[in-house]
Amino acid sequence: MQHNHNRVAALSDKIEKITSESPLLCYQCGKCSAGCPIRDYMDESPNQVVRLVQLGFDDEALKSSTIWLCAGCLTCSSRCPQNFDLAKFMDAMRSTALHEGIEISEIDTVKFHKVFLNQVKKHGKMFEFGLARDYKLTTQNFLQDVNVAPEMFIKGKIGLFPHEVKDKKGIKEIFDKTD
Amino acid sequence: MRIGVFICHCGENIGRTVDCPAVAEAAGRFPGVAYAVDNKYMCSDPGQNLVKNAIKEKNLDAVVVGSCSPHMHEKTFRKACSDAGLNPYLFEMANLREHCSWVHEDIVEATKKAIDLTRIAVEKVKRNVPLEPIRVPVTKRALVIGGGISGIQAALDIANAGFECVLVEKEPSIGGHMSQLSETFPTLDCSQCILTPRMVEVYQHPKIKLLTYSEVENVEGFIGNFKVTIRKKARSIDDTKCNGCGNCAQKCPIKKKAFSEFDEGLSFRSAIYVPFPQAVPNIPVIDRSVCTYYQTGKCQMCVKVCGREAIKFDQEDSFITEDVGSIVVATGYKLYTIDKKLDDSEIKGYGEYGYGKYKDVIDGLQFERIASASGPTSGEIQRPSDKKTPKKIVFIQCVGSRDESKGFSYCSKICCMYTAKHAMLYKHKVHDGEAYVFYMDIRAGGKGYDEFVRRAIEEDHVKYIRGRVSRIYEENGKYIVKGEDTLAGKSITIDADMVVLATAMIAQPNASKLAQTIGISYDKYGFYNEAHPKLRPVEVSTAGIFLAGACQSPKDIPESVSMASAAAAKSLVLFGSDVLEREPTVAHVNDSVCAGCFYCQKVCAYNAIEKKEIRDRHGNLIRTIAYVNSGLCQGCGTCNAVCPSKAVELIGFNDEQIYAEINAL
Amino acid sequence: MKIGYYPGCSSSGTGKEYDISLRKVLNLLDVQLEELNDWSCCGATSAHATNHLLSVALPARNLIIAEDQKLSEVVAPCAACYNRLIVTQHELETNPQLEKETSELLGKSVRSGISIINIIELFVHIGKEKITEKKKNDLKGIKAACYYGCLLVRPFNITHFDDPEQPSSMEKIISATGAQAIDWNYKIECCGGAHSFAHKEIVVDLSRKIIDDARLHGADVIVVACPMCHSNLDMRQRAMKNHQEMPILYLSEFIGLSLGIEPKELGIGLHFISSDSLLEKVGSKE
Repeated sequence: MQHNHNRVAALSDKIEKITSESPLLCYQCGKCSAGCPIRDYMDESPNQVVRLVQLGFDDEALKSSTIWLCAGCLTCSSRCPQNFDLAKFMDAMRSTALHEGIEISEIDTVKFHKVFLNQVKKHGKMFEFGLARDYKLTTQNFLQDVNVAPEMFIKGKIGLFPHEVKDKKGIKEIFDKTD
Repeated sequence: MRIGVFICHCGENIGRTVDCPAVAEAAGRFPGVAYAVDNKYMCSDPGQNLVKNAIKEKNLDAVVVGSCSPHMHEKTFRKACSDAGLNPYLFEMANLREHCSWVHEDIVEATKKAIDLTRIAVEKVKRNVPLEPIRVPVTKRALVIGGGISGIQAALDIANAGFECVLVEKEPSIGGHMSQLSETFPTLDCSQCILTPRMVEVYQHPKIKLLTYSEVENVEGFIGNFKVTIRKKARSIDDTKCNGCGNCAQKCPIKKKAFSEFDEGLSFRSAIYVPFPQAVPNIPVIDRSVCTYYQTGKCQMCVKVCGREAIKFDQEDSFITEDVGSIVVATGYKLYTIDKKLDDSEIKGYGEYGYGKYKDVIDGLQFERIASASGPTSGEIQRPSDKKTPKKIVFIQCVGSRDESKGFSYCSKICCMYTAKHAMLYKHKVHDGEAYVFYMDIRAGGKGYDEFVRRAIEEDHVKYIRGRVSRIYEENGKYIVKGEDTLAGKSITIDADMVVLATAMIAQPNASKLAQTIGISYDKYGFYNEAHPKLRPVEVSTAGIFLAGACQSPKDIPESVSMASAAAAKSLVLFGSDVLEREPTVAHVNDSVCAGCFYCQKVCAYNAIEKKEIRDRHGNLIRTIAYVNSGLCQGCGTCNAVCPSKAVELIGFNDEQIYAEINAL
Repeated sequence: MKIGYYPGCSSSGTGKEYDISLRKVLNLLDVQLEELNDWSCCGATSAHATNHLLSVALPARNLIIAEDQKLSEVVAPCAACYNRLIVTQHELETNPQLEKETSELLGKSVRSGISIINIIELFVHIGKEKITEKKKNDLKGIKAACYYGCLLVRPFNITHFDDPEQPSSMEKIISATGAQAIDWNYKIECCGGAHSFAHKEIVVDLSRKIIDDARLHGADVIVVACPMCHSNLDMRQRAMKNHQEMPILYLSEFIGLSLGIEPKELGIGLHFISSDSLLEKVGSKE
């Protein structure tokens, strides 16, 4: 059992490097959490995640469902009295979690993002049918949206063939260089 | 010349790094130096006696002391010189401590430097001339700007000490914001009950000249000798005839056009009105922008019912000039409003709290008026929209304060206390009501303050929730308040009947303009700057002008009263002498060299450059040149720096002296 | 009037009717669209949520295309595309290190100067007078709830477009059609965004609150300016239980109705939720 709180806030420094904003700016007023539309679904409230990072509870913060359930609606950042860009902080937390191979608490969400970006990498444009198909395959959730899919086909809202960019090489290069 | 040089060891402060005996020895060989010694503590009595005795015995005609900074002991040694019969301005100090021993380590180098510094001082003092301090008379009268609690306190203190005081207040009545409050923390005294006796005392005091509905137009002069022009705005009433009967206001047909400023917009007032029943003076004012007579030429109901022919429609603003020796600035504060204010493309204010569009989302002063027995609801807590009794009130602290993004970064200091007070007053009046307070911290540092807040929580069961509110919106007549309690980590949503916002205390809207008129400095928020935040809180950098109350920074009533008495005391210190002695090291214009370009006037921060006319024997104007008012000049030397013809020089620091110092190196 | 056009990925898929109706309406209002050559995906949520440099490079590629085409102004009808483009532009302007990295990656430098606008701004540029002038169906009697969503009005210091808490620009455009834009409380509340796949229940909950509030304030229709919002409010309405249907229309569809274009031509029939209740009031049928 640790008696000394001798945690080094390593994650805080990492996040600051990415966002150019110190998590120390947050004075825990809770206005972000009060206005977050997803807050009640999260395990830690948004301000609590920042607090964990401030105190050096890096693992807990990165393992929270909060960072993945954040919808990027920017309500928090636009109302924060300290002008702290919490949405950007969440982006940085997500990319750090992925980068460090942390145990992800919201697998399906990450799978969605991976599948989405894979479609973009392959075709240059997001191919919705491919997205739905691959998402179902990776999550094994075949029953979702079975009621809307046929209608979408009939209405021509989902094509079976992707629209592709001509500069496929350029797109692939972008993905390769940013990996 | 026979110059005496005295090198101080300052114990170990200088002695450890500078070889003082060596410096004294070297100084003894400087041309013009008749006597040079070193001593452990020059500022001590024996040290000073050393100087005094040497002056007499060695016939010295100038003295140089190599020791600490002139800030520390220039005065000490100058006095020693004058005690011994030597003009105190035939004295120079070489700073061997702050400029030498404290910033260097190498003894050899430091000693060399100390010798150089001493040589410089010797060369300068050779060119010093004897000077006499400038003596200015002091007008033993004070001007107090602002008639709130601070201004009232300052005026009474000055007047009770036997000196005349002019009190200028821009509103029709004195009393300020304190007169709007219902009860004051932490005692829950009725605010007007403790204030109005003082207001009356001011009105009746033989030594106070009360000018209400008046504003300061112009301030000229300097400490002990200010000339202030005051605009007496036209009330449209002959105050020598009016007896305050109130018939005019009662019978005025304008009933719903103008909002009462005193009631913070929660009630109406007539066109001819007295702001509140206990107003001092109890003389009405006509608001010409809504008065039918001024708009259309008709009505004149007030004239009909006035039994004293006191209405004077053609009255105009008048100007009076007052000569005063000191000025106390006590202009108070204003509350931040959450209305949308578009400033370029920046959006200020709180759109998430409705930008002022919800009638039942009010601010602290409005709640004071509602809770006040003399207010628009006779003290009953009612919703402004439908007059119903709210069963759930949410109080939100820090609206506009501690807010980099939409407000001000500072803390407004009083809101934690008055919110607790509001919540308690509400609970005392509506026993089955629920009060919620959203807070970030509780700042209750005064005497009995923390206990007061605990009372609200423990005895009156006010529910304190730690967290800010993200948004307020209206749904079915209720106000949905979306907040968070960060301590429990829970989102808290309340359907309130009424919301009270503790908005920031900010500077008066014309604070910067008034500051420029008076000649004092202000910070980026419009609050006036004190001379030193720790040791000179009621003075400003301009001599003779003092600050009291919230115009300097947010503060509560006891602090304002203390500060007002302090400012009054400073004025009384000034009035303690008949003449004021000022440093003679001021600028001086050589008449024959000055070309009259007035670059100096443009850069003078103290308005000390005046125009002087050179006329011939027949009175014809030859030319206009610059002239330094030695009473205003602070000796900063900026004029000297910009003068293209070197016509203006600083006495005691003229070019010859400075060049001599440089050449001595 | 000519303007650059960045259609966005959903313009050929779930947001098809948005593209269709916008082109029809702009044609009637004498606006020519010049589509960006070989444009690619902006990265939407998934890029910025997982990889910062990627999330900047993808929009930057399109900014370069716009510059090469010598376009001074580009409209991006999808709010997410608009937001990604304008935020990326701002980031590149203010972060020299990032600008250097991105330029190296793309082999070309992104020079600023292009104005990225959203669909509401486009109609403001066109001017409501023009809409009123070309109006054939006066939509008087229709009560419309203007839904802005998250990414049009935030972050204010970059978009500088309308009030981030109490916007009113869409309402002014709507008034040109004769319809009444109602005041309501959920104009800028999030619909759940990209959680539609992985957390459908969040989207259904949030979207329901939006629709309920619109109905509470008397709305006949909710007007949107983003295909993600449309999908969440329209397609996901099917999953809402005990729910009275509320038509969801794109701003371009709504304006198209007032300009006299047939609902079928606007693509309104492609919605999941029927707009019949609304169209009856207008006097046309789907």
